[in-house]
Amino acid sequence: MLEMAIFSILAVVAVTAGIAVIAQRNVVHSALFLLVHFCCLAGLYILLNAQFLAMTQLIVYAGAVVVLFLFVVMLLGLERARELPDPRRYQWIVGSLLGMLWVAALIWALFPQAAQTAPALTRSDNVRQIGAALLTDFAIPFELTALVLLVAVIGSLVLAKKKLEG
Amino acid sequence: MDWVTDFWIPVIKAIVVVLALLVGGAYMTWGERKLCARFQVRYGPNRAGPFGILQPLADAVKAIFKEEIVPHHVDKAIYLMSPGISFAAVLITFAVIPFGPQIDLLGRQIGLWIGDLQVGLLYLLAIAGLGSYGIVLGGWSSNNKYSLLGALRATAQMISYELPMGLALLSVVVLAGTLNLNRIVDFQGQWPLIVWQPLGFLIFFIAILAESNRSPFDLPETENELISGFMTEYGGIKFALYFIAEYTAMVVNSAIVATLFLGGWKWPAVLSNLHPLAGVALFLAKVLVVLFLYVWVRASCPRVRYDKFMRFCWKFLMPLAWVNLAVTAVIVALI
Repeated sequence: MLEMAIFSILAVVAVTAGIAVIAQRNVVHSALFLLVHFCCLAGLYILLNAQFLAMTQLIVYAGAVVVLFLFVVMLLGLERARELPDPRRYQWIVGSLLGMLWVAALIWALFPQAAQTAPALTRSDNVRQIGAALLTDFAIPFELTALVLLVAVIGSLVLAKKKLEG
Repeated sequence: MDWVTDFWIPVIKAIVVVLALLVGGAYMTWGERKLCARFQVRYGPNRAGPFGILQPLADAVKAIFKEEIVPHHVDKAIYLMSPGISFAAVLITFAVIPFGPQIDLLGRQIGLWIGDLQVGLLYLLAIAGLGSYGIVLGGWSSNNKYSLLGALRATAQMISYELPMGLALLSVVVLAGTLNLNRIVDFQGQWPLIVWQPLGFLIFFIAILAESNRSPFDLPETENELISGFMTEYGGIKFALYFIAEYTAMVVNSAIVATLFLGGWKWPAVLSNLHPLAGVALFLAKVLVVLFLYVWVRASCPRVRYDKFMRFCWKFLMPLAWVNLAVTAVIVALI
């Protein structure tokens, strides 16, 4: 009963915040609604017993990504964002098509024979399981991801360095 | 579902802890002024009550009765929200910190912690990340260049120092083999982790000074360059909220240091086995020791320059933390 109540609150707030992200014209307000959305997602993960995923969601997305968004917005200044024309002029055609596709996928997922969901997690020490899986079964994708991140870091350094010299 | 064990006991524990933190934060302001005064051969506050013991109360009354000013150029909703975000983030950090053993009360087993989370250590990092929003948004919404510069500095500082902090925590995880704070305290029954991780303790303490914007790393509010940084446009009770958030953060951070490196409520086990409350007393004593360290550093070190401070983080503290982690991991793997 309590679980259902918490789920309903989180779900409603998450969807409302998600809509507010695209409805707001103020970039900082958008970023803040995105933050609310991320926090609700973390709450939903906790309800699914995926505590590790919830915490990484908070650390990576809420704690770092949105802060970086805000950092960029603050450095560039909001005034410039207001001068831009409304970017949503043509996007609505593609957007509504994709949206319809998404709704169709959701409806399809409601049928039990179509939904292939992962087995529910128990309240166990799943950090250990995730760590073991990442370094054994998924070792190659894991290392490749690390490589991609390294390339991104070096790339940003190279770009910043060029700007300094020029 | 048993409403008493699953709902009312956690709620009561949370209320008690929040009240204790409020009192602790308020008295930390008094303690710091008193200690700083002693370091400078002064008396410190000594007018309100004996030894100035009622000073925090007097300060609170003054802040509440001040005129509420909201400048017309601010982003009002965010401006009013930010001190609250700062304070709330500090309070909920304490949710995973165990401050005593399990006790028998009225025939029920009650653990002296609010939440026994499997990923407690990650929770600490996550909330530390969220806490920075109070400062960043306060500075931005004030719509003032000094506030904005303070907020930008705070953001850069918090993102940078989270890395050595996380690495120092990882060394703790490698040794204890768990992310659960209760298990980490159990692990320290014989020896506190500072014995195995002196370098990790030092790195973590420096990082936590930077995270909570404490002197000598209080660059977001350098008076000589930025007036008061992100708090410039805040007055009255809103300023008081930021102020008490900072001091409560000191208390909470000291509790984290005591739990992770000084053995929490458990070490030395000879004492904590005597009585459940002896464990709580040990924990409080350790928190007070770390708080004294905080004030000691503030009273003796001048503020560092911003560029040197960032260079210190990225070019010295980070490699040091990596080496510490690698050495710890190799030793743990070999033994």
